[in-house]
Amino acid sequence: MLDLLSGFVGELRNAGLPVSLTENLDAMEAVKHIPIEDRDAFKYALAATLVKNEQHWRAFETVFEVYFSLRGPEYNVGDPDGNGEFDPESLEEWMSQQMQGMGGRGGGQDMSPEEIAEMLFRALLNADEAMMAAMARAAVTQFAGMEPGRPVGGTYYLYRTLRNLDLDGMLERLVDESAQRYEGELTPLAERLEREEFENRIEQLKREIEAEIRRRLVADRGVEAMAKTLRKPLPEDVDFMHASREEMANIRKAIQPLTRKLAARLARKRKHKRRGPLDFRATVRRSLSYGGVPAEPRFRHPRPNKPELIVVADISGSVAAFARFTLHLVYALQNQFSKVRSFVFIDGIDEVTHMFQNEEDITNAVHRVNTEADVVWVDGHSDYGHAFGVFWENFGKDVNAKSTMMFLGDARNNYHSTNAWVLKECQKRARSVFWLNPEPRSYWDTGDSVITEYSTYTDGVFECRNLRQLEGFVDNLA
Amino acid sequence: MSETIFGDLSGVREGLAKVEYLADDGIASVVYLAERLGKPVLIEGPAGTGKTELAKSVAAMSGARLIRLQCYEGLDEAKALYEWNYKKQLLRIQADRGVDAEHEDWVELQDDIFQDEFLLTRPLLEAISAEDQVVLLIDEVDRVEIETEALLLEILSDYQVSIPELGTIMASQIPLVFLTSNNTRELSEALKRRCLFLHIDYPDLEREKQIVLTKVEGISENLAEQIARVVRSVRQLELKKAPSVSETLDWARTLVLLGIESIDVEQAKQTLHILLKYQSDIEKAAKELTVEA
Ligand SMILES: Nc1ncnc2c1ncn2[C@@H]1O[C@H](COP(=O)(O)OP(=O)(O)OP(=O)(O)O)[C@@H](O)[C@H]1O
Ligand SMILES: [Mg+2]
Repeated sequence: MLDLLSGFVGELRNAGLPVSLTENLDAMEAVKHIPIEDRDAFKYALAATLVKNEQHWRAFETVFEVYFSLRGPEYNVGDPDGNGEFDPESLEEWMSQQMQGMGGRGGGQDMSPEEIAEMLFRALLNADEAMMAAMARAAVTQFAGMEPGRPVGGTYYLYRTLRNLDLDGMLERLVDESAQRYEGELTPLAERLEREEFENRIEQLKREIEAEIRRRLVADRGVEAMAKTLRKPLPEDVDFMHASREEMANIRKAIQPLTRKLAARLARKRKHKRRGPLDFRATVRRSLSYGGVPAEPRFRHPRPNKPELIVVADISGSVAAFARFTLHLVYALQNQFSKVRSFVFIDGIDEVTHMFQNEEDITNAVHRVNTEADVVWVDGHSDYGHAFGVFWENFGKDVNAKSTMMFLGDARNNYHSTNAWVLKECQKRARSVFWLNPEPRSYWDTGDSVITEYSTYTDGVFECRNLRQLEGFVDNLA
Repeated sequence: MSETIFGDLSGVREGLAKVEYLADDGIASVVYLAERLGKPVLIEGPAGTGKTELAKSVAAMSGARLIRLQCYEGLDEAKALYEWNYKKQLLRIQADRGVDAEHEDWVELQDDIFQDEFLLTRPLLEAISAEDQVVLLIDEVDRVEIETEALLLEILSDYQVSIPELGTIMASQIPLVFLTSNNTRELSEALKRRCLFLHIDYPDLEREKQIVLTKVEGISENLAEQIARVVRSVRQLELKKAPSVSETLDWARTLVLLGIESIDVEQAKQTLHILLKYQSDIEKAAKELTVEA
């Protein structure tokens, strides 16, 4: 068990999870208290001791499933339904038992596709989880066409299995059947909820099938190889520029707390004195109730000093994916700071503060920016120089000692003139000027990137390709 | 600490169910481990998913006294741990002066005013010095400043407090400790390392239905199922704020009060404001529910 655990922890570290020595020891201690055949409890015990960040749960789970999918006697971590032996014979046997239980249809050595479909239909209809799991196995055996040593990925087998099962057709059958059961008495809402319920069960079935394929692949290729194949970047390491839809949704969720933190950082300088100066009069007045002893000193309230933020963001094609993120960041920032002014630019520049204000729905805000903001001056290719020049002309007067400025962009300027003096002027007036660049540092100043010309006049340019780096930036704000 | 509070793993679940808290496997396992390992639990998750309630319920099921430290920005040692009652001390000094103004023995006086009598015990000290079984709930720990967090960490590591004037007070038993966080800021790695971590998310359909059935009087199974289904459906939308368990319960109670047995779209729409707090969310959900399957 100790070996298994340390292998497991090693793999978690390979996946990027920060597991400390104490946590490792805690995990070993924890599993001593868990009945060994309780696979779920075992998993939660490991998670509680090893994973201290909800964003890492997914990665943890993947590693866990790979590591503990082979339940040989030496591992001894039971399957939830106590029946996951990877032995085709006992599986057949168990399935035929199941089928007999279903109404006397014996045999079942070779289930035909129709039989599988029929039993799956019943299982889904009655939310019979054990049967769903059994059918997931049968379906993989029947349809996936898995061969030992064949170098194809799990998604290929998943695709083959699902194609044969025709789950869309299955869904319609389920919905029809249930409508008949209720003899048309379902309200439209209830009917819709019923459909969603079936969709959910089908999703569960898909996960079951996926898990089954994974188990077999692990059996075939070994734990290490599979863990490696399935390794994905942690949410905080996903590149903004290449984030999938789902990853983007995750990133959005994480932005909110980060901006809160940013707000706290920028406000902190003035706040660390929680109390204002001594309020002498109030103290004397108070002392009267203690016979003249100034027992309870009174303080003035500190003057709240709201930081102001000016965000200037590139939303051109070269950073299109980054711009999606940027707009979410701006939106979140406007929720945090009382005074944020936001500008977006390509070769022209436009203020978009009002599009985010009082807009409860970020999707609407982004849509408005994309359709209404006047950011194209000549041809819609980045021209930082022109955009900055116009910014200074129109809004330069609004930059003052209270402003913190954030520029977001790759500084790819299509070889136009840079107008870096605008940054210089900003730096003179503003409290601080930061620049976040979505490109890897090694690309900076290559080709038409002119980041250094600008960075001279900032308090720092930060590579900002993922949440980890964004968080690092926020943390470093003194 | 006694080994028999919960019995075994399933004992935790059953015990919690008896005090009307419905735990899933994850919650039950972590509570069980916390007791076994004598480690604090850090609970995170969206608002209104039963984080605070879990600590209360664990106290209730084990017959322990709940001591709660509600955190807020600016909470300091004096409010969390202990404080000398300097008003009272000052008054004593005054009084002493009056009686015996001639020989003021400062040492004696000092001994006198740094006694238990002048000590204001705050939740952390109270939990440490408790003789009886206690559960310590440190609620919304993410709201305190990093300095105060360090203080918490110190106490959770040694379960002892040293008061310069009185000496060190050691816990006679390690209390069960729950810390909750809404994740408004990242807690320190050190604190996280010290704790077992539990993320409580929105319950799944079945558990939410059971919570509704347990907590809402006079509700039918059928209605509870429908409510849980609608809530699940609504939570899948991209909302400013997804409905919490407390909101599900409020909604369920409203529907029962209105005498509704089976929800139709109109009724759902008219009562959505109980489930959702933002106008834009309400509109979005209403639109979504109207679209036929
Ligand atoms: N598992 C559960 N069993 C029974 N009731 C629950 C459960 N989860 C939540 N509730 C109910 O939901 C309500 C909200 O729970 P609670 O106040 O503990 O939320 P919370 O997670 O602490 O929220 P916040 O982050 O806002 O403090 C409670 O009144 C409780 O009755
Ligand atoms: Mg709470």
